[in-house]
Amino acid sequence: MERVISRHRAVSILVVVLFMQVIGLAVQVRRPVEGESVRLIRVWAMSAISPVEKGFIGTGHFFHRIWSGYIYLRGARAENEALKQELERIRLQQIREREDAAQAHRLQALLGFKEQFIAQTLPAQVIGTGAGEQSRVVYLDRGSNDGIKPDMAVVTAGGIVGKVTRVISGSSAQVLLINDQLSGVGAMLEKSRLQGIVSGTSSGSLVLQYVMSDEKVEPGEMVLASGGDRVFPKGVAIGRVKAVNRGPGVFYSIELQPAADLSRLEEVLVITRLEQKLPESEAAGATRASDILAERLPTVPPPAKTDADGNPLPAAGGAKPKPPATGVAGATPQQANSGIAAQPAKQKKPKPAAPDGDAAAPGSQSSNASDQSAAPTAEQSTAGSAQADSVSPKPPKPAPKPKKSATDEKKPQPASPDDRGGAR
Amino acid sequence: MRAAAAQTMRSDASVSRFHPAALIGIPLLAVFLQAFLPVKFHFVSRFDLPLLATIFFAVSRRSQVQGLMTGALIGLLQDSLTTGIPLGLYSLSKTVVGYAASSLSVKIDSESPGSRLLLTFGFFLLHQVVYFSVARGMVRLDHLQWQWQHELIGAVLNAVLAVPLFMALDRLKQRG
Repeated sequence: MERVISRHRAVSILVVVLFMQVIGLAVQVRRPVEGESVRLIRVWAMSAISPVEKGFIGTGHFFHRIWSGYIYLRGARAENEALKQELERIRLQQIREREDAAQAHRLQALLGFKEQFIAQTLPAQVIGTGAGEQSRVVYLDRGSNDGIKPDMAVVTAGGIVGKVTRVISGSSAQVLLINDQLSGVGAMLEKSRLQGIVSGTSSGSLVLQYVMSDEKVEPGEMVLASGGDRVFPKGVAIGRVKAVNRGPGVFYSIELQPAADLSRLEEVLVITRLEQKLPESEAAGATRASDILAERLPTVPPPAKTDADGNPLPAAGGAKPKPPATGVAGATPQQANSGIAAQPAKQKKPKPAAPDGDAAAPGSQSSNASDQSAAPTAEQSTAGSAQADSVSPKPPKPAPKPKKSATDEKKPQPASPDDRGGAR
Repeated sequence: MRAAAAQTMRSDASVSRFHPAALIGIPLLAVFLQAFLPVKFHFVSRFDLPLLATIFFAVSRRSQVQGLMTGALIGLLQDSLTTGIPLGLYSLSKTVVGYAASSLSVKIDSESPGSRLLLTFGFFLLHQVVYFSVARGMVRLDHLQWQWQHELIGAVLNAVLAVPLFMALDRLKQRG
């Protein structure tokens, strides 16, 4: 026996080594510990390699900063001018969009929507990747000392990158990229709001699954996080539809182009705190959503009461009938700024909005607006100040609160100076 | 008999020795670069630098025991920097490759660029076959999918890289 072993020494050692490795694998498969802790050898390896990687990255950044900040300044002046112009353009755009956003948040708050807000982020540097091609992970230079915890979302300005799977040490953490095969992100299509799950493939591409194949999905549509996985905040970009293929069963297999460049990750943001709260709104006091919607719906002014001869009768309370305002009459300054016109609540109140907020959308008024031209839609009222000024029949008065709708219906008030249709 | 003795002498003469620093440093550097370079250059992830180091040392030293042990240690180091899989998958695959490469290097000329190209091509595929077999058959990593095109391209890329890389590493040999 000994002679056989010594004669086939190499094969014997090979068999022993392979046997030990197989036993080791079997033990790990039987008792997986990856979920709860990290193998000590991995901690050692990462602890050993992290400082070196950090050193390389830091040195590279140092020279890059010197080069790009002090030496290579070709085209900087022209770029500066172009950026200034771009900044001006974006400022104007921001002013326009701020009002829309405030209005949307206000209505959302009134309808009781809860949103996940990114409350706190932590910038981190990518210092390494997994050593295997099949393992799509990156390592960050932040760890438990910085408050990093497992399941925190990692994003860039482009979109979602992945989530923290392990905190290796005080100064390093591991992030599973969304194009890893073990990854899964709750997702929805931006336009159609169809929901599915985004996961990775063995080749490292992104696929949106579980979208019914009888739905219409077009290439180029954005795919956003649905927020259903409680890791990634709703609305953050995941990718863009690249190709729509028939998947298994009744589902599509939709190929995505990742929004974040997963192959060139250098700096990322770790979302360390998410808050789930109602959007803040200055007008979210005691007013109900249905009141707001009712205010925004156009209405027909009540017919003036006449006597037998057709002469107009004085209104209740002795007030004279006034011409119906076509601007944003009766609105509070806040409402006027946001394009919300106070209207009587006598008309039918709309049904509670669907969770996706369709009822709160301005477009939902269009059916009523078609037969009532007296009051403008919100878009019209916010279109510019000139129109609102031109239809203000009387000098400004303090605007009444919209809740007293029964009285207001009989006495439409003139526009206040602020009622400039949400002048921007 | 005389011919066999001459063959043995020729084989012994072509056995290479390395400075301990090279023996330790090159595998460490290979694993480090495999983990670090893809941050800046994503295409590097298509290469398996630890595997190339394993093949190089196995065919240069022409010792089956040393070859398999080198493969096992380099693989274990690579395992330790890879997550989502149990420790030992790369180690087991590289053990087999290290043993096979050193066994083959005794019988064929492994110094010429052509043979290095073919050897690396073949050993890359062998490594992947062992890896996938164990991963799917034993560890139940069913999400791993074998893609011929992907593996063949990887084998070609690694083989092409191996030729100049091995030539550069030849300078570290200490003929004895």
